[in-house]
Amino acid sequence: MPANRFNSFTDYGIGIGLRATHYDHILTRKPVVDWFEIISENFMIDGGRPLHILDQILEQYKVVQHGVSMYFGSAEKPNREHLRRLKTLVQRTKTPWLSDHLCWGSVDGRYTHDLLPMPYTFEAARITAQKIREVRDFVEVPVVVENVSSYAEFHVSEMTEWEFLNEVVERADCGILLDVNNIYVSSQNHSFDPFTYVNSIPAERVAQIHIAGHSKYRKYILDTHDHPVIDPVWKLYARAIERVGHTATLLEWDDSIPSFEEVHDEALKAKRFLASASLATAV
Amino acid sequence: MKLLTLQRQMARAVMTPLTPSERMRSSGASGRSQRAVAARIIKPNDRLSSFERLEIYNRQYWFRLLSAFAEDFPGLRAVLGGKQFDAVAKAYLTDCPSRSFTLRNLGSQLGGWLRKHSKWAGTRQKLAVDMVRLEWAEIEAFDGKAEPRLNPEDLAGANPAKLRLWLQPYFQLLDLRYPVDDLLLEVRKNDGDAEVASNAFSERRKRNRAHAVARMKPSQIFLGVHRLDDSVYFRRLDRDEFAILSALRGGKPLSAAIETGLRESSLAPEERAEQAERWFRTWAALGWFCRRTARRGDRPA
Repeated sequence: MPANRFNSFTDYGIGIGLRATHYDHILTRKPVVDWFEIISENFMIDGGRPLHILDQILEQYKVVQHGVSMYFGSAEKPNREHLRRLKTLVQRTKTPWLSDHLCWGSVDGRYTHDLLPMPYTFEAARITAQKIREVRDFVEVPVVVENVSSYAEFHVSEMTEWEFLNEVVERADCGILLDVNNIYVSSQNHSFDPFTYVNSIPAERVAQIHIAGHSKYRKYILDTHDHPVIDPVWKLYARAIERVGHTATLLEWDDSIPSFEEVHDEALKAKRFLASASLATAV
Repeated sequence: MKLLTLQRQMARAVMTPLTPSERMRSSGASGRSQRAVAARIIKPNDRLSSFERLEIYNRQYWFRLLSAFAEDFPGLRAVLGGKQFDAVAKAYLTDCPSRSFTLRNLGSQLGGWLRKHSKWAGTRQKLAVDMVRLEWAEIEAFDGKAEPRLNPEDLAGANPAKLRLWLQPYFQLLDLRYPVDDLLLEVRKNDGDAEVASNAFSERRKRNRAHAVARMKPSQIFLGVHRLDDSVYFRRLDRDEFAILSALRGGKPLSAAIETGLRESSLAPEERAEQAERWFRTWAALGWFCRRTARRGDRPA
């Protein structure tokens, strides 16, 4: 049974990111995986091997799309070519929901290809929510937004990050992809209590959760997705699951990618938390 | 401060080239102080100044783009050498920042840019331009659109004087002044070997590559860059083949394309029909002809 109206897909369980280094393993060994998350932009092309691989994956697995360059928070209008290609891919994958980040990354048609942090202002919330609605109306699938890791805060901010997230999702009436690793990274970089963040998000809007590893430097933490998940992040995940119930969970591992089994085993550690959520629901 | 103003200021700072030691510059292109920009928009914390926090994004931007660029143009790197390649990459990305939502298109302007800015490749400019054209063609051929293949029955009863044959959108035609296909394949082979190589091997690889570039002499070639079973191949073409295919891509009907293509042929007139038939059979077997009409991106080579 769904825990909320945005996560009707509780049977999605635990997924991992589909990465090119694992294609051969997946297609030849056909491992049992609940679902794969794809980076939409890698497949928003006209033809060739990537799409043929994707079609083979789609024959056997559930796939959810995750974008990295819609830039809901950029002040400019959505790029029409981007939207058109995204919708074509949505029709191909039949993704039950579509996620991208609560950030900006382009201005005046120039792209940074980074997930830049938002100023937490009411103006930014209004513009971002409007853009989320436009994208959702165009692609015709539910849209969920992901909190990003950040390394900077702006003088103009009028609220906390979690207040901003709440403001945006309420205005857009959309779901949340809660990245507990990003919350942890930002909490260390900006000195806030990550549990305050997790406790403040509207649990009824969380559609999906991301977990990942990161890299610690002397003065800050960088969200590198190149390590196993650390204990403090698992604790945040446990708290998130306690609040939102059984929710589709995905491990991101994007750099120094180990074997498929190692990535999958790391992801499956989430099982014990999901199991307790299921138990609590049953009771 | 309005959202758009903040985003313009931050983007300008983030996209400003790094110093030679890969740190954020103290001033931007117009002489504005990056420190002042950072202080105006970003809060410091107990560990990092506003400048240092902005610098994280500035460095990430350049590291990400330079890495993607290097991945796309290993042949150009071999032609220019690592140091000059890095300089070219920074200059190009400064002049032509990404205007696409995907990094796939990062190098789309590089050929034209290199032609205009001859100083960056020096005496190797023509070789460098050829290599970029080949590497870009490979990107286009890798994930370009494939239309349904043309079958013999599609041509039944067609009048050659009016018949137009369409080339697959992913198919790329190149006329090059240097045989850069050989060089690129050698670079790829060396790079593949290097994955399991020692330091000594790596040094030898660099020397081999430098020698291969030094050996490269002008020698005009014609290439069809095509895709078969999802892999990209370079197929050398005769001058006549290239001329016919170019005429077809340019929209000429079959008869006119053959006539144009063979106008300057060295083939004896009595051999032409038979040779052209052989070529068409090969091209058809490779799936270069498709059924649909031309669309954007399917333009003359």
